[in-house]
Amino acid sequence: MHNVATTTGSDKPVFFEVEEHEHEPGGSTMLGFWIYLMSDCLIFAVLFATYGVLAGAYAAGPRPDEIFELPLLAANTAMLLFSSITYGFAMIAMQNRNKQAVLLWLVVTAVFGALFVGIELYEFASLIHEGATPQRSAFLSAFFTLVATHGLHVSFGILWMIVLMVQVQKRGLLADNRRRLMCLSMFWHFLDVIWIGVFTFVYLIRVI
Amino acid sequence: MLGNTDLTRLIFGRLTLDSIPYHEPILVGTFAVVVLGGLALLGALTYFKLWGYLWNEWLTSVDHKRIGIMYIVLAIVMLLRGFADALMMRAQQAMAFNGSEGFLPAHHYDQVFTAHGTIMIFFVAMPLIVGIMNIVVPLQIGARDVAFPFLNNFSFWMTAGGVILVMLSLFLGEFARTGWLAFPPLSDAANSPGVGVDYYIWGLQIAGVGTLLSGVNFLATIVKMRAPGMTMMRMPIFTWTALCTNVLIVASFPVLTAVLALLSLDRYVGTHFFTNDLGGNSMMYFNLIWIWGHPEVYILILPCFGVYSEVTSTFSGKRLFGYTSMVYATVVITILAYLVWLHHFFTMGNGASVNSFFGITTMIISIPTGAKIFNWLFTMYRGRVRFEVPMLWTIAFLVTFTIGGMTGVLLAVPPVDFVTHNSLFLVAHFHNVIIGGVLFGMFAAINYWFPKAFGFKLDPFWGKVSFWFWVVGFYFAFMPLYVLGLMGVTRRLREFDDPSLQIWFIVAAFGAVLIAAGIAAFLVQIFVSVRRRDELADTTGDPWDGRTLEWATSSPPPHYNFAFTPVVHGLDAYTDMKRRGFARPMEGFKPIHMPKNTGAGIFIAGLATVCGFAMIWYIWWLAALSFVALVAMTIAHTFNYDRDYYIPADEVAETEHAFAGTLTARS
Repeated sequence: MHNVATTTGSDKPVFFEVEEHEHEPGGSTMLGFWIYLMSDCLIFAVLFATYGVLAGAYAAGPRPDEIFELPLLAANTAMLLFSSITYGFAMIAMQNRNKQAVLLWLVVTAVFGALFVGIELYEFASLIHEGATPQRSAFLSAFFTLVATHGLHVSFGILWMIVLMVQVQKRGLLADNRRRLMCLSMFWHFLDVIWIGVFTFVYLIRVI
Repeated sequence: MLGNTDLTRLIFGRLTLDSIPYHEPILVGTFAVVVLGGLALLGALTYFKLWGYLWNEWLTSVDHKRIGIMYIVLAIVMLLRGFADALMMRAQQAMAFNGSEGFLPAHHYDQVFTAHGTIMIFFVAMPLIVGIMNIVVPLQIGARDVAFPFLNNFSFWMTAGGVILVMLSLFLGEFARTGWLAFPPLSDAANSPGVGVDYYIWGLQIAGVGTLLSGVNFLATIVKMRAPGMTMMRMPIFTWTALCTNVLIVASFPVLTAVLALLSLDRYVGTHFFTNDLGGNSMMYFNLIWIWGHPEVYILILPCFGVYSEVTSTFSGKRLFGYTSMVYATVVITILAYLVWLHHFFTMGNGASVNSFFGITTMIISIPTGAKIFNWLFTMYRGRVRFEVPMLWTIAFLVTFTIGGMTGVLLAVPPVDFVTHNSLFLVAHFHNVIIGGVLFGMFAAINYWFPKAFGFKLDPFWGKVSFWFWVVGFYFAFMPLYVLGLMGVTRRLREFDDPSLQIWFIVAAFGAVLIAAGIAAFLVQIFVSVRRRDELADTTGDPWDGRTLEWATSSPPPHYNFAFTPVVHGLDAYTDMKRRGFARPMEGFKPIHMPKNTGAGIFIAGLATVCGFAMIWYIWWLAALSFVALVAMTIAHTFNYDRDYYIPADEVAETEHAFAGTLTARS
């Protein structure tokens, strides 16, 4: 019907790719995961904005300078920053296709992550013990929600890391597993960036 | 006795026999119809031995075309539910005069208008949009599927999970009585202690995850998977609008997720984000929900603008007038969508300067929109316009949407808004743009792409019947509301004192009946078309003399869409191919790499729905259990590395030769 040749061969361009090149499976994953991270970033943006609005709403309850303990916070931040470095080492090991080193660095990263979550839980427990509960004031609601959402993300990241360790152990550094390690890497560093925001705008700015 | 109650509460949470509204005859009647209809459907599936087919070919399918069709079926079912709510409201308001209270008690009426809004936006308009994007976008860009096919299936089932929870609220407990955005303090634990707002929250959260993932999926698809040669400025305009819509989805749905999560914390944990005491600030909810809510209306309308562009240019036999300006208008609307949210609450104490800023940004949006209207008109100008059903919807849109747009600009003027806010004028305005824009657009899209999805056209006669009932019904139903609004009648009222208003409500109710006839005619259209499918068959793959790549393959397309990836040399790629006499390569077929179907999506989304249900009813053990199961199931799914397969080259060759056979048989 349409394919009656009315033009000469020279001005008839190629309309179909006859020699198909194989697309790498999962070639869009990095972009897709990045977009997901940006959407997650917006959730944090909402929580930061909420905290910004409610940060002065103490309702005659505890104030930030009465409850925040900077030494604890310094330790906690150090844990998370170290874990980011060690995850970086895991990625270098992955580039070198050194499975055992990858697993080792993932374990170290997960331990640092767990310490971070542990210290955060300790902080929450002592705050609640002092009566600074999320139900006490809008300021504390916003504080607990922002920090705990970050903490939940870290906990989820640790679970993901454990699953990936099992998968790398079982199947080695396949293309699929390398892609997953890359995604978790982006996720982990993203949480680091968010923590810098929390550290600065929630804690430091209120205490100094 | 006390121990017994404690045990019951432990097992069933706040779910008791009293949660079943058996004392409400309307609900009992609806329930009976749903049960009988459901049993008939299940019986028919069993009798015709369709369970295996349904499960293997549809429910677990990762094929974007099938997922798209499932979205649209879901939307049509929910349209019937949402429209039943509309009819009840129209009947109630037409009756409740001169001391009559109508037939809906207040607590039921409040649920009806809340459910109507929630369902129509989240479970009719959204699935229609996502469904059409699913069917069309990969085909238009010459791709074989979306970037993440499994995620696509999962997104659909999360949307379906939200639907299940909202529908369940009809027969178990109640739905929210707060209006469709559940503003606090009305929606907080003190003022809405029942399960209604919780149904609302969990229904939207679960469906919202699905929508967000769809957005990520389509962005990656459009950015990464376009055919060679399809630069950004060669993308079909529908794909452009889909791209912008998905940018809006990814940039606004997280805000909805977060604000609903904060409302849940207020309700479940006792925090003070939006409460009136201990420092809470309910205005924050208004700001946050509308920062999602305003982009949401552009999420709905932009793809429809894309549909109208495709339809206008196809049925005028011309390339779209002002393609570049259309693209930029779309992008400008995408950006401005984030700068106008405050016009939803001009009257809530923002001050003159803030109101002026948002009033002006709102008015500015009418400029790119107006440019689009002129582009469509100039496309039709001197074109050979064929008045097929999709084109009729487009013309009705042009007229109707312009009226809605003008009342919108009127409402954007803050002093005017102080007079008309919360009135039926506003209700008339947004129905004017959502029905006249989104719904008309989706009917155009369904009539336009139906032959591509199913291989036969929709019957034009019943299409026209449906069209005329809808359009005339729309004007009868909503023009009276403009009048009433200008007379000062506020929205969401259940009964009226002034008998002179009744005639307008009766006219509006008559309009709703006409729309009901339009919906019925649409269902008849589908039924008749299926019966006459041999006469209406499309063997060419190109029933409308289309201009974009989706028409370059057979109808319905094979699983893999294109045996060889098309190469694009300009705008309107398929018109270009036809004009320059393209030939389909008939040999050298290669095995095609495709994703396997999987049931993981349906199970994970099912667990999420159970978890939501348990949270609504405070059945904590079930919530914990289903959540753990959900995580475990997701992890188990990641251990499956065997997710794709190859369609053998022989099978591809056979399919393509069969299609070529029908083409030569015709010519």
